Amino acid sequence: MRNILTISQKEIKSYFVSPIAYALMAIYAIVSGFFSYVAIGYFLDRSIGAMAGRGGPMDVNEWVIRPVIMNVGVISLFLIPMITMRLFAEEKRSGTIELLITSPVRDYEIVVGKWLGALAMYSCILSLTFLNLSVLFLFGSPDWRPVLTGFLGMLLQGGCLLAIGAFLSNTTKNQIMAGAMTFGVSLLMWTFDWFTGFKSDAWAKVLAYLSLTAHFEPFSKGVIDSKDVIFYVSVIVFGLFLTTRSLESLRWRA
Amino acid sequence: MIKVEGISKRYPGQTAVDNISFEVEKGQIVGFLGPNGAGKTTTMRILTCFMPPTSGTASVAGFDVLADPLEVKRRIGYLPETPPLYPEMEVGEYLYFVGKLKGLSGDHLKKRVAEVSEKCNVADVSRKLVSKLSKGYKQRVGLAQAIIHNPDVLILDEPTSGLDPKQIHETRDLIKGLAGEHTIILSTHILPEVEQICERVVIISSGRLVATDTMENLKNRMHGSHVIGLTVETASDSGPVQEKLERVAGVSRVILKDTLSGAYSFEIESLQGRRVQADLARAVVEAGWNLTELRQVSLSLEEVFLQLTATEASA
Repeated sequence: MRNILTISQKEIKSYFVSPIAYALMAIYAIVSGFFSYVAIGYFLDRSIGAMAGRGGPMDVNEWVIRPVIMNVGVISLFLIPMITMRLFAEEKRSGTIELLITSPVRDYEIVVGKWLGALAMYSCILSLTFLNLSVLFLFGSPDWRPVLTGFLGMLLQGGCLLAIGAFLSNTTKNQIMAGAMTFGVSLLMWTFDWFTGFKSDAWAKVLAYLSLTAHFEPFSKGVIDSKDVIFYVSVIVFGLFLTTRSLESLRWRA
Repeated sequence: MIKVEGISKRYPGQTAVDNISFEVEKGQIVGFLGPNGAGKTTTMRILTCFMPPTSGTASVAGFDVLADPLEVKRRIGYLPETPPLYPEMEVGEYLYFVGKLKGLSGDHLKKRVAEVSEKCNVADVSRKLVSKLSKGYKQRVGLAQAIIHNPDVLILDEPTSGLDPKQIHETRDLIKGLAGEHTIILSTHILPEVEQICERVVIISSGRLVATDTMENLKNRMHGSHVIGLTVETASDSGPVQEKLERVAGVSRVILKDTLSGAYSFEIESLQGRRVQADLARAVVEAGWNLTELRQVSLSLEEVFLQLTATEASA
């Protein structure tokens, strides 16, 4: 446990002493700010219609918070490869991986430590979402619980993609390769459920089950379903397991 | 302290290390010598548990590298060929991090960071970013991280490569200063370095063990024939002198090394086991020449090394 903390602290520090953390947070603030602005703009437009007696009842949660959270889910597909691409690829290129591997720490401690560091970085970025949403609480009284479940969903989904990104970063010395592969896999996992639109065989069902969107949506509505939590946790565990294995394989391949 | 038994490392189509065995006693400094690509780094990586051998076993302080890697790692300090430094960290912070990784904590960790900074002369840059350090400093920080947990065994992969002569000198002194407390294996292809620092040498060439012995024995062993340096003052040509010397019983070869004004210096090889100094001296004096120098020439390690690795290649 102590080793895990040592490594994750080092990871967090290395994000924040380099421009990576600030650049990612700035980009995220701008993009998510824009998305929130647009969602609120739509809401205002509709509320004028509602005053004129058209449309159904207005709901800030349904019309603003949910779409904002879903959008954040999409933005993270782009951000996460940039967080994970350096995790192992950089250490392998610079040779510092030799220090980690020849230190008296277990492989899984290295992997989990690095993953936790990346998760901390990701939650720092995510926390900026609260800034955007807090405006709604200043001027209205939306239900705050879906915001929390949404945040939990974002963390779980992020944790999955970070675990996958860590694994892919461990397969190469090249950061760009690691980032590109992670981006590809993330995007595919986000869109797997499109199959069900025109196919209903077993394959389509399996792929749809692997889709991140399908498991993420309930969180944005304020629903914590154990089957979604189990899905996310098992993907995280599997991803970290693969990473540990590939770290071990360095030994007999290198 | 270190026991290597028949380790091999094979890759598809290539054998990096082929059945190497040697032992290192506690407190010794052992030079690991070989041309580039001989398998030095691979052997060291096996000892540090970075990679397992394809076959054979190695143990450090009684712990097997395959069965107890964590125990082995606790007892080893390792400086890879490029020091494993994080450019974005400060020196002090880096040493602190490595200390924690090696299992130190609290006051003891702080004390050790201060001690090794002092010992390796990096205390004055502890607040500097690693990326801003010169090559010599980086190497010393690398050494400092290797000894931070006071390991029984130090494994240094080419600790002086890429340094300037002054830095090389400082690094060697530093390593010599570490001897006694630690058992040290250092690899190098700079031969005088081994002569200066090490008590024992392990020479490998293209993955195979060529020789392992103490410096003294190794040099003596190479003297299959003794070499004698001889300088003669004479008015005559070198030809007759050389002929005369060649006729001395027991002499196998006479080589003219140098012609000075009115003097010639020769290198004379004798047959094994024959002491020819007295006969040579008599021959020179009887001929009426002046004998100005007669000495035993010891082979430099460089010659030993070339001889050993060359025979290996031709075998």
